[in-house]
Amino acid sequence: MNYFPDEVLEHVFDFLTSHRDRNAVSLVCSLWYRVERFSRQRVFIGNCYAISPEKLITRFPGLKSLTLKGKPHFADFNLVPYDWGGYVQPWIEALAKSRIGLEELRLKRMVVSDDSLELLSRSFANFKTLVLVSCEGFTTDGLAAIAANCRFLRELDLQENEIDDHSGHWLSCFPDSCTSLTSLNFACLKGEINLASLERLVARSPNLRSLRLNRAVPLETLQKILMRAPLLVDLGTGSYVHDPDSETYNKLKTTILKCKSIRNLSGFLEVAPRCLPAIFPICLNLTSLNLSYAAGIHGSELIKLIRHCAKLQRLWILDCIGDKGLEVVASTCNELQELRVFPSDPFGVGHDAVTENGLVAISIGCPKLHSLLYFCQQMTNAALITVARNCPNFIRFRLCILDPTRPDPVTMKPLDDGFGAIVQSCKLLRRLSLSGLLTDQVFLYIGMYAEQLEMLSVAFAGDSDKGMLYVLNGCKKLRKLEIRDCPFGNMALLSDVGKYETMRSLWMSSCEVTLWGCKTLAKVMPRLNVEIINEHDQMEICAEDGQRVEKMYLYRTLVGPRKDAPEFVWNL
Amino acid sequence: MSPPLLGVGEEEGRGNVTLMASSSSLDSLCRNSYELKERNYMGLSDCSSVDSSVVSAVADETKSSSLNVKATELRLGLPGSPSPERDPEHCLPSSTQLDEKPLFPLHPLNDGHYSSTQKSVASGSKRGFSDAMDGFSEGKYLANSEVKVMLSPRPSSKLGLKAGSVLENLGTQPANTKEVAPPKIVQERPHAAIEPRASHNGSANSNSCAPATKAQVVGWPPIRSFRKNSLTITSKNNDEVDGKVVPGALFIKVSMDGAPYLRKVDLKNYSAYRDLSSALEKMFSCFTIGQYGSHGTLGREVLSESKLKDLLHGSEYVLTYEDKDGDWMLVGDVPWEMFIGTCKRLRIMKSSDAIGLAPRAVEKCRNRN
Repeated sequence: MNYFPDEVLEHVFDFLTSHRDRNAVSLVCSLWYRVERFSRQRVFIGNCYAISPEKLITRFPGLKSLTLKGKPHFADFNLVPYDWGGYVQPWIEALAKSRIGLEELRLKRMVVSDDSLELLSRSFANFKTLVLVSCEGFTTDGLAAIAANCRFLRELDLQENEIDDHSGHWLSCFPDSCTSLTSLNFACLKGEINLASLERLVARSPNLRSLRLNRAVPLETLQKILMRAPLLVDLGTGSYVHDPDSETYNKLKTTILKCKSIRNLSGFLEVAPRCLPAIFPICLNLTSLNLSYAAGIHGSELIKLIRHCAKLQRLWILDCIGDKGLEVVASTCNELQELRVFPSDPFGVGHDAVTENGLVAISIGCPKLHSLLYFCQQMTNAALITVARNCPNFIRFRLCILDPTRPDPVTMKPLDDGFGAIVQSCKLLRRLSLSGLLTDQVFLYIGMYAEQLEMLSVAFAGDSDKGMLYVLNGCKKLRKLEIRDCPFGNMALLSDVGKYETMRSLWMSSCEVTLWGCKTLAKVMPRLNVEIINEHDQMEICAEDGQRVEKMYLYRTLVGPRKDAPEFVWNL
Repeated sequence: MSPPLLGVGEEEGRGNVTLMASSSSLDSLCRNSYELKERNYMGLSDCSSVDSSVVSAVADETKSSSLNVKATELRLGLPGSPSPERDPEHCLPSSTQLDEKPLFPLHPLNDGHYSSTQKSVASGSKRGFSDAMDGFSEGKYLANSEVKVMLSPRPSSKLGLKAGSVLENLGTQPANTKEVAPPKIVQERPHAAIEPRASHNGSANSNSCAPATKAQVVGWPPIRSFRKNSLTITSKNNDEVDGKVVPGALFIKVSMDGAPYLRKVDLKNYSAYRDLSSALEKMFSCFTIGQYGSHGTLGREVLSESKLKDLLHGSEYVLTYEDKDGDWMLVGDVPWEMFIGTCKRLRIMKSSDAIGLAPRAVEKCRNRN
């Protein structure tokens, strides 16, 4: 079978970048498995409890880049208690003890401690990239360790983490010899920053291409930084507030004109709208604009800004843009591929919020749209059908109607047909989030049509177990299913237990599943971890099997029940 | 080009849906018999045979695989197994329920629907969902505004009503098999979050809930907490730190030298310095009367507004504010929006104390307005 020397195979495998392709390749035969595992440098682990660090290290001794995800997705919405798990420490310890030359670590929804960061910074001489998304448990002291000890650090990217800010000395910990930075993102830090250190750091980082500042960096400093880094491609402003008549602002205007490379713009955490014209000259080049934290830009100023951005491919915005604003987006940004509209007032009545009309306008003006996250006040079947027709290329379609069970306000019917049209039309759909009033019918449509669906998020939908059954039976490529507040019970849970080994995980909360159902499933499927989260003390050892389970999270694993589960998590 | 999905124009809101499968396969699927009607999902009156065969193949496959699985897995113990009393009545959609008339007449065909559209009809005292839906489809439901009233209180009524919601009365919620379970069980199972499904606690409460208060369901809307917190901070900062957490309001303390107590003003109520200063003048007039009186100049006259203005813009007082950095600044230098953004508190300072400020600044204050 082996016509080529191993080196040739390896060379061929080098062209495979997707981890799925490499996984597939390793299943062909034992020879390919061997060649692949020695040559693999990047590993993606979607659930840190599915495998152990030791097994990872054994299989991939050439590992350089590791991506780990911890908590379930619904942890983002406070549905998972604080110390549920997802600790990176055991991974870093294991890697540090081994001879792995780790260079990149990307973590999502994991608990990272300062000690972990310290250990990480000291254990890998060639460490280059640290990306933390939605993580927690560390402070700026941990960042200081990274800054001080990682001599060849290229990327430090902190996205939406909860970081305890012991104030800005960590920036000063970058040694003068550190000149390798290409990407620095500390926008999520809440505290003060040593501005002089920041300026000096930028000045000695000629390769800096991505810089995202936090709220504490004022406009004066932004101007000075841009003077030093005119080759920036990705910029996140900090505080963008100043007197438009001032000298500083005029200097900024001139400086920005030199920054012809900026393609990605974000930030504006604080903003004086009258200062926005300074960025108009670069708007034409922008392919990505994130104003989802810019609550200070509304109405006509926002629209004026958007009108300059004809080449946008990705736009993240707040719903204060309104339907009218979305019409402007539709007419201006014809290249748009990804749109996210976040609620600016999640619990309010939302006078300025968006409705189905805005989405329909977008679908008409932006035929290349393939990713959508849309928080709106209301949606109609007719609108969804129109959108489905206009944009058949959706890969991700996430719709969140703020009132969770709201029907079509025009017809008062459920939104089954609207979502049905989406899944029928968008044959490449991989991710779907539902909302609004929905019956079992929508799940029938999903089971029938959503053949490529990998992730489905459901809340307050369905009438009976059949809903869940349709999905489990019909969506062959389903990997992640998360359900809350739906009337799905044991029958649905137990109807196809083998299915769960083909998936990464299943989350069910506030459904009709009982303890008996979960225990049964756990007994039959030893390679699943079926975890019950009990936050109330009601469920003790004498819990009745008939009692409904508040939160269940199950996932396939090769290493059995985890040993770091807290008291309130039961592994059945 | 593929045929248009669900001709919107002619089928506004009715969404013809084509799901074609043979009745027999569906019959075998569930213990219940429900008929399958040919649905024209694509909005066409006739589908090509290719489409229909493909669709029916998918449907068949779906149904049959589900059937097979059911055959192999259901014996894990649901029907007839020694399972707790709750399960049989809970997990099995009983055939009697599923034969009930559909609660969501999605299609113009009112007879025979997929069982998915059939719901257990509420029993007894609860207003049946189908009744409610009939009410809707007959156009009996209220005008939009009233409907909104009914719809919006749902979250608030759900939250805190741990054992259930009041949705039946709204008639827009699908009832589910849970309804048939004895009410007792429903009440024993509190939801931590909204309970959208019908329950036996339904009453007329929903209509009496205040529509204005939208209660907050745990984890809804699904926004990352980091983002939620950030937006709160941002809106606070854009209005002002030290402000109350009332959305849109920005209360800051105002002190006046010599006054026995402080006041609070909502900076959001004003759009320019002039408005603010006249409001402050009005607010502190009582104190200045006293002050003035003690100087023996005006005696017991009630100070008119204009005289008060003169007072404040005379040499007596200077309006200053403390900004985010903790520095005391003269009010009026920066644009109003920036001022709102940086002002933490106000102080009506005696001119004699304002010696630290440039005399020109005091002059500025005097000459303003």
